[in-house]
Amino acid sequence: MHSQLVVNSLDEKALIIRKGILEIMAGGKRGHLGGSMSIADIIAALYFHQMKHDPKNPDWEDRDRFILSKGHSVLAQYVALAELGYFPKEELKNVKKLGCILQGHPDRIKVPGIEASTGSLGQGLSIACGVALGARIMGKDFRVYVIVGDGESNEGMIWEAAIFAAHYKLDNLTTITDQNRLMASGGTIVGSLVPKWRAFGWEVIEVNGHNMGEILDALDKAVNVKGRPTMIICDTVKGRGISFAENVSGFHHCSLTPEQHEAALKDIQSKEKD
Amino acid sequence: MEKLENMQDAYGETLAEIGEDTRIVVLDADLSHSNRTNIFARKFPRRFFEAGIAEADMIGVSAGLSMAGLIPFAHTFAVFATGRVYDQIRVSVCYQNLNVKIVGTSAGLSDAHDGATHQSVEDVALMRALPNMVVVVPCDSIETRKATHAIHEHVGPAYLRLNRMPVPLIWKSEDECKFEIGKALTVREGSDVAMVASGHPVGLAIKAAEEVAKEGISVEVLDLHTIKPIDRESIIKIAGKTGAIVTVEEHSVIGGLGSAVSEVVGEGIPVPIERIGIQDKFGESALEYGELLEAHGITVENIIAATKRALERKKSNEMLCEV
Repeated sequence: MHSQLVVNSLDEKALIIRKGILEIMAGGKRGHLGGSMSIADIIAALYFHQMKHDPKNPDWEDRDRFILSKGHSVLAQYVALAELGYFPKEELKNVKKLGCILQGHPDRIKVPGIEASTGSLGQGLSIACGVALGARIMGKDFRVYVIVGDGESNEGMIWEAAIFAAHYKLDNLTTITDQNRLMASGGTIVGSLVPKWRAFGWEVIEVNGHNMGEILDALDKAVNVKGRPTMIICDTVKGRGISFAENVSGFHHCSLTPEQHEAALKDIQSKEKD
Repeated sequence: MEKLENMQDAYGETLAEIGEDTRIVVLDADLSHSNRTNIFARKFPRRFFEAGIAEADMIGVSAGLSMAGLIPFAHTFAVFATGRVYDQIRVSVCYQNLNVKIVGTSAGLSDAHDGATHQSVEDVALMRALPNMVVVVPCDSIETRKATHAIHEHVGPAYLRLNRMPVPLIWKSEDECKFEIGKALTVREGSDVAMVASGHPVGLAIKAAEEVAKEGISVEVLDLHTIKPIDRESIIKIAGKTGAIVTVEEHSVIGGLGSAVSEVVGEGIPVPIERIGIQDKFGESALEYGELLEAHGITVENIIAATKRALERKKSNEMLCEV
């Protein structure tokens, strides 16, 4: 159990992330809105509470690693990294501009704080398995965190990694599925994920991916699982926080009209506590 | 009798030697006996990882191991080590510019029995197109040993292409083989035509050169073991010296050594080029490796014929110039 104070402060961080995503998309700039909004709470929990890391020393050897396998949702991660001081907040205005460090998908060489260049779906979990195995070989006790999408979980490579992680008992690996149940073109076709991951030998925890207390409890629980990797299936809502975009796959990758942008911002602000 | 040695044996032994570097970790996709990574596995069992028949995951895991500060060497047949996992190599290894070594075995037509599905005729083309990638194709077991040390010392992605069959020794000793990534080696001096080859076809080129020497044709033979980064300087130099080039490779003529040399020569010093290699076709099963090479035109006779064609074209160009 986490104190209400901690939960409230992380909920606030999630709102900052959501507002930041909208700010990046101001002026009709296209972006992957839906999936960025659905992971905002998870990103807040990881970066502002769960992970040990140091924005002043992004290459600190003992830091926990985070890999966003569903790389298209990087807008949420950019806002968190800027908020933490990994790079100046002004950079957020330049997302995707030619010459800007902030690419359309995560880039580990260009951006401080990004651990893996992802975006070609399915690859992040295998990379995370390698980092987790490497930590064990090197005698390091950092943890590796990954977010995969439920749409992404159609990729065969995800299940190759699932077998690898279970076989090598990678208990320093926590994987989180952003189960928003929508792909770019409609509903996911991957089916029930919980029995699949259990059958692959993983510890599986199911939570509401927008309930901060549940997310934090699950992350804690995963740390104490021994001998197998953990999958936290987070039930989420694509476009979470923007009423007209929630559960609409058309807002997977989109631009917002000035009217939509204003309405979206109002929706987010209405969640702010006084 | 010429001495034959197996490159993959030499590789496996060398890998076990360099394994003293505790940063090295070895992965294999269920081919450790064939790939000779079992030598390393016996010596350093805690740094050998069976990836199972899951090549894409093996490449992704290698990328992650590299991020953790290790030097992964990932192994499977060349056809699977490149084409099957192209996007994983592209994004997770090359785009991230990680220190991952990919070793493609049973390359070219050398897995004669298994047929087209197991024969890699386009792996060099694929790897050569990737930014940050180094592509090395050794010609014999001695050069394989040197190349293995070199890719270990090189920091960054590298692809090493190995033949599974015993092939003739080109080099007498490791001392004689002055291997350096990106620096072609002259194995025979000559002035009328240059042969540029990689892999065991370097040996075929030498034989062809010896044959045409009897007819008074003087041939220089270059062992272009590194296809990328390509040794522009040496290629331009021999093109200028001889004025005619024959390329020889056990790979498609599209995208491999023949293409790479043509690009350099075309941009730098246009001279006639004849390309010996697999002519835009898939492989096929054969009981004997030799008969398969013959069926695909990778023979001493064909190299001799190409040499004469190149010489003819050079002469008619010279006549045109005189007119």
